[in-house]
Amino acid sequence: MPLYLEIIVCVSLLIGGAFLLVGSYGLVRLPDIYMRLHSPTKASTLGITGVLLASMVFQSHLKGFLSIQELLITLFLLITAPVAANMIAKTALHQRTKPLDKTENQALMETVRDREAPKPPQD
Amino acid sequence: MLSWTILIVAVCICVALILNLWRLMKGPTISDRILALDTMYINAIALILLYGIYVESALYFEAALLIAMLGFVSTAALCKYLLRGDIIE
Amino acid sequence: MKLFPMPFHSLLLFVVWLLLNNSVSAGHMVLAAFFAITIPLLVNGMRDEHPKILKPWLAIRYVLMVLKDILTANVEVALLIIGPIKKLKPGFVAVPINISSDLGITVLASTVSLTPGTVSAEVSKDKAWLYIHALHLDNEAELIESIKQRYEKPIKEIFGC
Repeated sequence: MPLYLEIIVCVSLLIGGAFLLVGSYGLVRLPDIYMRLHSPTKASTLGITGVLLASMVFQSHLKGFLSIQELLITLFLLITAPVAANMIAKTALHQRTKPLDKTENQALMETVRDREAPKPPQD
Repeated sequence: MLSWTILIVAVCICVALILNLWRLMKGPTISDRILALDTMYINAIALILLYGIYVESALYFEAALLIAMLGFVSTAALCKYLLRGDIIE
Repeated sequence: MKLFPMPFHSLLLFVVWLLLNNSVSAGHMVLAAFFAITIPLLVNGMRDEHPKILKPWLAIRYVLMVLKDILTANVEVALLIIGPIKKLKPGFVAVPINISSDLGITVLASTVSLTPGTVSAEVSKDKAWLYIHALHLDNEAELIESIKQRYEKPIKEIFGC
């Protein structure tokens, strides 16, 4: 394997691995479910893209022709990650999971749950 | 160089999987557990692709694709069940 | 009966079949063309009406911009996760939207989920409000304005509604 290809594969693998680790670390570290949602949807998506890119370059070299079928998984994950995050957020809201105390606009939560327009502030 | 990188990245992903498992055990709510499962299948795809690079085989692509599809469908089905009490209405 | 009732989906089926088999041999081309023609004919009656993409070039530019934003979003969120979490100020935000089509709202909500520090949580029943959760809410008005300017305007132009 030529050196420049090996460097490309190694760098994208390392970036991917680092982001996957950060995504899972955020899942453990962040304090409430709504904040935890952010780390897997974003960090893990980039992480998996890095690993898939490395796999694409490596398989292309192995087979001797351009192999871009890994793009299918990347595209699929890019499309499904926000949908999954949205459904989990809906589930958490539906079960009235309490957000962190310092969360702003907590009054919105009930209107969000009932899918209504926000009420004007009462004062 | 590549074999060392694969080792390092494999350790990263395994640590990530253990962290997910901790969140899966601890909860505290059921949406946290679904989120942990969702992240776990993404990490599993990465691990399988990494193994494909390690053994220099293209066979593992299909496995990764299947996990990606089934993982998303199961997340959607679990959420739907909790939201509506039913999966297919 | 038209041969290609769904031209975009036909193209997508053709490309995905070739990608799945990872080959461009004549046999797979014929099979891909067969699927690209017959599957849309079979499912055409089952789908809802969707708005057409009016400006394909703008759509491509939009996709490229979103890909760039995903990259910056990832780095930004990764830094927020590693950094001190005591300083984070999470919050819910209601963003007024005026896209009428379901497809447009779906694209907007997915884009918002993939870009810096925000996850879309819910759409109100009258399709006039998009509720999002922000990981670090600095300036609410600025966030709403940036979503409207950066993402909603091009989507409205692409689908023309």
